Amino acid sequence: MKDITCRLLVIGAGPGGYVCAIRAGQLGIDTVVIEAEKLGGTCLNVGCIPSKALIHAAEEFHKLVAIAAGKSALGISTGKPALDLAKTVLWKERIVGRLTTGVAALLKKAGVKVVEGWARFLDGKTVEVATETGRQMIRAEQVVIATGSNAVALPALPFGGRVISSTEALALSEVPGKLVVIGAGYIGLELGMAFAKMGAAVTVVEAEPRILPHYDADLTRPVARSLRDLGVETLVGAKAKGLTAAGDAVVVEAADGRTATLAADKVLVTVGRKPLTEGWGLEAIDLDRDGPFLRIDEKCRTSMRGIYAIGDVTGEPMLAHRAMAQGEMVAELVAGENRAWDKVAIPAICFTDPEIVAVGLSPEEAKEAGHDIKTAQFPFQANGRAMTLENDTGFIRVVARADNHLLLGIQGVGAGIAELSASFSLALEMRARLEDVAQTIHAHPTQSEALLESALRALGHAIHI
Amino acid sequence: MAEHVIKLPDVGEGVAEAELVEWNVKVGDVVSEDATLGSVMTDKATVEIPSPVSGEVLWLGGKVGDVIAVGSDLVRLKTAGEDRPAAATPRQKPGTPERRAEPPSQPRAAPEPTPPIPAASPVARPSPSAPPRFMGGTPRPEGEKPLAAPAVRLRAREAGIDLRQVPGTGPAGRITHEDLDTFIARGRTPWGRAVSPARSGVEEVKIVGLRRRIAERMALANARIPHITYVEEVDVTQLEELRETLNKEKRQDQERLTLLPFLMRAMVRAIADQPNLNALFDDEAGIVRLHAGVHIGIAAQTPMGLMVPVVRHVEALDLWGCAAEVRRLGEAAKAGTATRDELVGSTITITSLGALGGVVSTPIINPPEVAIVGVNKMMVRPVWNGMTFLPRKMMNLSSSFDHRVIDGWEAARFIQRIKTLLETPALIFTEG
Repeated sequence: MKDITCRLLVIGAGPGGYVCAIRAGQLGIDTVVIEAEKLGGTCLNVGCIPSKALIHAAEEFHKLVAIAAGKSALGISTGKPALDLAKTVLWKERIVGRLTTGVAALLKKAGVKVVEGWARFLDGKTVEVATETGRQMIRAEQVVIATGSNAVALPALPFGGRVISSTEALALSEVPGKLVVIGAGYIGLELGMAFAKMGAAVTVVEAEPRILPHYDADLTRPVARSLRDLGVETLVGAKAKGLTAAGDAVVVEAADGRTATLAADKVLVTVGRKPLTEGWGLEAIDLDRDGPFLRIDEKCRTSMRGIYAIGDVTGEPMLAHRAMAQGEMVAELVAGENRAWDKVAIPAICFTDPEIVAVGLSPEEAKEAGHDIKTAQFPFQANGRAMTLENDTGFIRVVARADNHLLLGIQGVGAGIAELSASFSLALEMRARLEDVAQTIHAHPTQSEALLESALRALGHAIHI
Repeated sequence: MAEHVIKLPDVGEGVAEAELVEWNVKVGDVVSEDATLGSVMTDKATVEIPSPVSGEVLWLGGKVGDVIAVGSDLVRLKTAGEDRPAAATPRQKPGTPERRAEPPSQPRAAPEPTPPIPAASPVARPSPSAPPRFMGGTPRPEGEKPLAAPAVRLRAREAGIDLRQVPGTGPAGRITHEDLDTFIARGRTPWGRAVSPARSGVEEVKIVGLRRRIAERMALANARIPHITYVEEVDVTQLEELRETLNKEKRQDQERLTLLPFLMRAMVRAIADQPNLNALFDDEAGIVRLHAGVHIGIAAQTPMGLMVPVVRHVEALDLWGCAAEVRRLGEAAKAGTATRDELVGSTITITSLGALGGVVSTPIINPPEVAIVGVNKMMVRPVWNGMTFLPRKMMNLSSSFDHRVIDGWEAARFIQRIKTLLETPALIFTEG
């Protein structure tokens, strides 16, 4: 097979890699991207998008179940709904298909060559790809490593059989009767809640003392309440010790040391993700590490000249939009532009019910950073639009410096507020002050008014509370 | 009422055209007879054009910098039938071209059909942007990150600006696009370091007259002549002693001797051995013309720029004669009264910046000559005589030669001969 030479080689076509490749192509850089599985990576195929599809389906079904049970205050009634999860999964697959086809078209339009296969570094400039038709050598002036991450397995509960990762959970053909979720991080809770809404009996096991340990307790409290309402049992401070001998239950050691067995048709292990640093010849180029991740600087450069790394392989937060922004930046760097990572905040969203959005510093983090702060929150209970949506749980909170009112963070919890995250991020990136938000007209009636009111409240003159 | 046309007079022998270097009048001005209308410059001399009649200026034949053919219309005046008196005071016929005529006073507010022609460069162009306003904002406390929107951050990065250096005037000290503009306009000076406001704006100075002539000749010389520059040091201790003695003994009417007359005489002696250095190279014809007479151009700085008055037939002058001529021509050049003939016809040139002479220079040949001798600063330097260091008055000669016709060896021999003559000045006066 004839060797390929190019100016830029991107390894991995996930959200970081494909964005990098498209941008590089736009900039006229001769670019090749290698993907071992499907274009779009974890995000499009087995992550963000399919999970959101499933969550939406579960929500729709759950509403109908509630209506059928006569719980609707809206005066709507209906017969008992049924869910064909296999059809739901097909619908999800079509969405994924449309998106991955779209990525392929965008890459093509940008003039990027896609090579399918598993890449392995031979040296800093040479990569060998095991393709279906044989070995393909690619020589590149610059390389971007965007290999992403994998689900972490628990030694006591290796994947296989009943023990599944999020990938398999998104492709189940029927709703498990009893689902045990190990790990109450955002992936475990998003999927656990979705299956609970679809009718599964769900138990969540978390080793930390509370759910969603990465978010502050104020934000997670409405989610905990919602879990209770859904009948999801939550065991915190508990450790999964393995399956029973019969293999149909999980042995859990509770906080007080007592063990319990939880019957399970499926055991979903979501205890985190680890960077994919093996199997692609990292040893051949011996890059510096930062814990399990590749060490990068503010320009996403690794310790070897001409090799960049972006996305999950470079560290927390392992979020698609971080990878995308890094990918775009690296493409522009390769094109000779002066760029460096100077983002103020990377928004984080948890698509539970209610949704959590966190941008910038929480009050605790701001204090730890030495700031004297002003903070205020505005509850959706006082928001008209939230009431009309039957979703008045949660709040929006602002965190600002006490001296000059510079916004340091905006967080919120509430149904559907993921869509408000852009205004939170924009305010922080623009370096807005409380007054900037307070002086901006927020359309009525929308949930976004809670942002305006929280800023006003921090300034001491909220109107609607 | 009649129109009187003033044509560009024949301002010098063999001159076909001249460059307008100055207008002293503008359209609508009333001029009296003999008032200076403007100046034109030929090869090296500047000539004022007086008005032969009184009248009102109707038309000017060009603008400063234009080259006008001899005999073409220069100025049109309205003359006869003037019922109002020409109020302008008649100007004295000047001997100083650089002195500008007083604009004749106008008895009535004459409308100006054309904008006034700038009487002289430079032309100042106002800066298009308003002067940078005073930068408010207090310096950021140590360790505080600069606050700026993403677009400002990107623009700063692309401009290579470290935002930590940029004062922010926005709320909470936010750096705005305007702050960035101001920072750039102020010459990228961070807080507290600017003593005076940075200035913007560009002044355009039109290169006209003598300056343009110099520019053209220098460009031509540098482009066409492959220069070889040779530097040698000369011990002028003995020469200086002699010069002092001669200056002490000189008659009242004799010029005080500088080093130049000695150098000129030494060059005459050296040229006697190497006549091809006292030559003009007509490179288009491919002919080097060796001149019997040694006409030494003395480069002189004048208020108008570099001029090279020529001391003619140095071979026929003694030291005192050289000194007198150098002085007379230098003064004439500075005053602008040197005639055209006094400014042309050199066969070799000396360039000396006196106390500013520096250690080494790289003189540009005055074409079509083939050699130029540069005099550097004289200074006392320690010189090893084989036994000890002695304080000696030393001076470097930096000389350039046209390598197309003068080889390095010849150049070196010429300078070595001059060195020998200057170090043992008695040889200058020895016949043969």
